[in-house]
Amino acid sequence: MLELLKQPWPWWTAGAAIAFIMVLLLYFGKSFGVSSNLRTICTIAGAGKRVKFFDFDWKAQRWNLLFIFGAVLGGLISSTLLKDDQPLQLAEATIADLKAIGLAFDGQLNPGQLYGTAAIFSLKGFLILILGGMLVGFGARYAGGCTSGHAISGLTNMQLPSLIAVIGFFIGGLATTYLILPHLF
Amino acid sequence: MKSLKFILAGILFGIIMSKSEAISWYRMQEMFRFQSFHMYGLMGTAVVLGSIAVFLIKKFYVNDYTGSPIVIQDKDKGFARYMLGGTIFGLGWALTGACPGPMFVNIGHGYFGMLVVIFGALIGTFLYGVFKNKLPH
Repeated sequence: MLELLKQPWPWWTAGAAIAFIMVLLLYFGKSFGVSSNLRTICTIAGAGKRVKFFDFDWKAQRWNLLFIFGAVLGGLISSTLLKDDQPLQLAEATIADLKAIGLAFDGQLNPGQLYGTAAIFSLKGFLILILGGMLVGFGARYAGGCTSGHAISGLTNMQLPSLIAVIGFFIGGLATTYLILPHLF
Repeated sequence: MKSLKFILAGILFGIIMSKSEAISWYRMQEMFRFQSFHMYGLMGTAVVLGSIAVFLIKKFYVNDYTGSPIVIQDKDKGFARYMLGGTIFGLGWALTGACPGPMFVNIGHGYFGMLVVIFGALIGTFLYGVFKNKLPH
């Protein structure tokens, strides 16, 4: 059983499990959406004193902070107890495309060229990560949600705004993939 | 139990996202280059099954565990904020390879560069709060 769980899970098991988590949170009286935590953390850090957007009672969001704390633990369990020693099975075409733009596939979850220690502590690498994070944080709040809040919670509730947001996610993602990434490595 | 259930749900989320490799920068590239069905199948399954569940919850007025009816809030109407915000989000998503959930799951894997990404995301969230009233919504 453990050996089976250690292997990469097929997409349909993960898709079903994500739907299960969304329903589970509804049953707990909550709504699945991770990016709200970023606003909560800003509020806890004191942003509410200066900016009205952050002046709210964050304690109602305590459950969501516990959820992302669990998510970190889930990552830790996956990288220890459920560790799989096989390299990531990435599509050959993607490996070739990335090689062509100067990014070598290393079989890990995330490329060393972006997330390795040397990359993080280089000025260029640091700027890529912090600017990328800023775009995600700004965009998620502007759009009122991220992949969980819009693509899962919103689309399953047949929300047109969520469909527009998901189309936006893809426009941005394609722009970075084809216009920005080729000049970075 | 009041707190524990949310931590357990989070642990399950972290394991699913890890074992399906949905937290991988490479998998996002595969998706944005349309070179694998993996992420589309994953999101598609979640949305189809989730939609059926939401439909049934509404049809049969299912209650949550406290006995109150489950209410799913509709999103505010609009276009500009969803299209512009979504596009800005997408630019950063493909760059970092992580949306907010996977950022945290990746920390558990020891990708400490994600702390830089999360710090950036907090700055971005703060800037939205500052400029909120000047942006088209």
